[in-house]
Amino acid sequence: MAHAHESNTSRIWTVFIILSVVTIVEVALGIVKPSWSMAPILGMKILNWIFIILTIVKAYYIAWAFMHLEGEKGSFRWSIVLPLLILIPYLVFILLVEGNYIHDVYAEGFVSWDF
Amino acid sequence: MEATVTTATEEKVWSGGNEPLGASYGKMMMWFFIVSDALTFSGFLAAYGFSRFKFIETWPIADEVFTHFPFLHGVDAPMYYVALMTFILIFSSVTMVLAVDAGHQMKKTKVTWYMLLTIIGGLIFVGSQAWEWKNFIKGEYGAVELKSGRILQFLDGTTGERVALSEFAVPVASDRVEHEEKDGIWFVSDGGLPTYSLEEVKAGFAANKNLVVRTERLTAEGKKTVLSRAESEERLEQAVMVVEGANLVRNEYGNRLFADFFFFITGFHGFHVFSGVVLNIIIFFNVIMGTYEKRGHYEMVEKVGLYWHFVDLVWVFVFTFFYLV
Repeated sequence: MAHAHESNTSRIWTVFIILSVVTIVEVALGIVKPSWSMAPILGMKILNWIFIILTIVKAYYIAWAFMHLEGEKGSFRWSIVLPLLILIPYLVFILLVEGNYIHDVYAEGFVSWDF
Repeated sequence: MEATVTTATEEKVWSGGNEPLGASYGKMMMWFFIVSDALTFSGFLAAYGFSRFKFIETWPIADEVFTHFPFLHGVDAPMYYVALMTFILIFSSVTMVLAVDAGHQMKKTKVTWYMLLTIIGGLIFVGSQAWEWKNFIKGEYGAVELKSGRILQFLDGTTGERVALSEFAVPVASDRVEHEEKDGIWFVSDGGLPTYSLEEVKAGFAANKNLVVRTERLTAEGKKTVLSRAESEERLEQAVMVVEGANLVRNEYGNRLFADFFFFITGFHGFHVFSGVVLNIIIFFNVIMGTYEKRGHYEMVEKVGLYWHFVDLVWVFVFTFFYLV
């Protein structure tokens, strides 16, 4: 492969800095918990959405730069990433909707669970 | 592109030896293993989400559970240590990718050192995980469990600070002793008595008029509901046992599923880190012995590197869903 003998050190350190900054931002937000971020959007607090989006950003950098997906052939890259991109949101969607439904059953039923 | 050069003869395509996806067999299989393992972890995390959504108003607050930092006793340090652990793991990922990079350039010494740093980072991470488990299992304040299986935790009514059982429980004479094998019925074990009996906790609560309890239920502000003194006394009537620390059956921090998922998911991840360290050590010795130098390439370093980054990747998600969200 043509790229095999080049050094990618600068790219590695850049990604490390990005990952560190994102983690620091996450921890800072988790400790400060600013009041504007407590408002719910789409069933969750803004803060939680921020955490999830930042996590996906980190996952992207780890997979693309560290695991070197960006250097693989497109067919290989997407045969790895696409199944995950399809199956995981699908599973999460089903289970969270179901969990929420059971929560409502507990909350609105005529049985007391907290006594 | 270069791997799919099949212009020579049509038969060549089917006779093997070419790499249509541009990756060697070993690397491709490592990737396919990672895909299946990623789905396993997503299954666990989605199940965690399911249970959490089910008990969304009574779920424990992670900031109140993981508050320890090594050598800082009694200091409330939510998340700092786990953030440090995350850094250590990300950094060991960086040294791993540097080792792979050095391997591409056939620099044996550099690969050796970077592999060593990666192993050390992994060991620090597993050790920290064990320490977190120890604190979680040991518990901090103690609580009582009600007939309904819910947890009541004790607070100072005036300051709102948490109060440990040891700070207020008064000794009460009791006949209850731990059952031992030598007393006969050797096949039944007692499981250990709590440090304080329920009577001692109740007597201590009655003697300290400023104590109140809080329930698992979260208020609109995301804090636990604190009951008044009268309500506290009434709820405490329902107490059936004292709970100290967390295990797979009881959990002083609140919902027991929280402890179950914590042990299961961080345990499964910790086992992956441990396996990764073992693999890294094997590869490390191979590098030292010059196995890959003789082979002419360092692809094995790249393969374990993929696994190691995957472990880091999973931790990024575990960190978010257990400690942040």
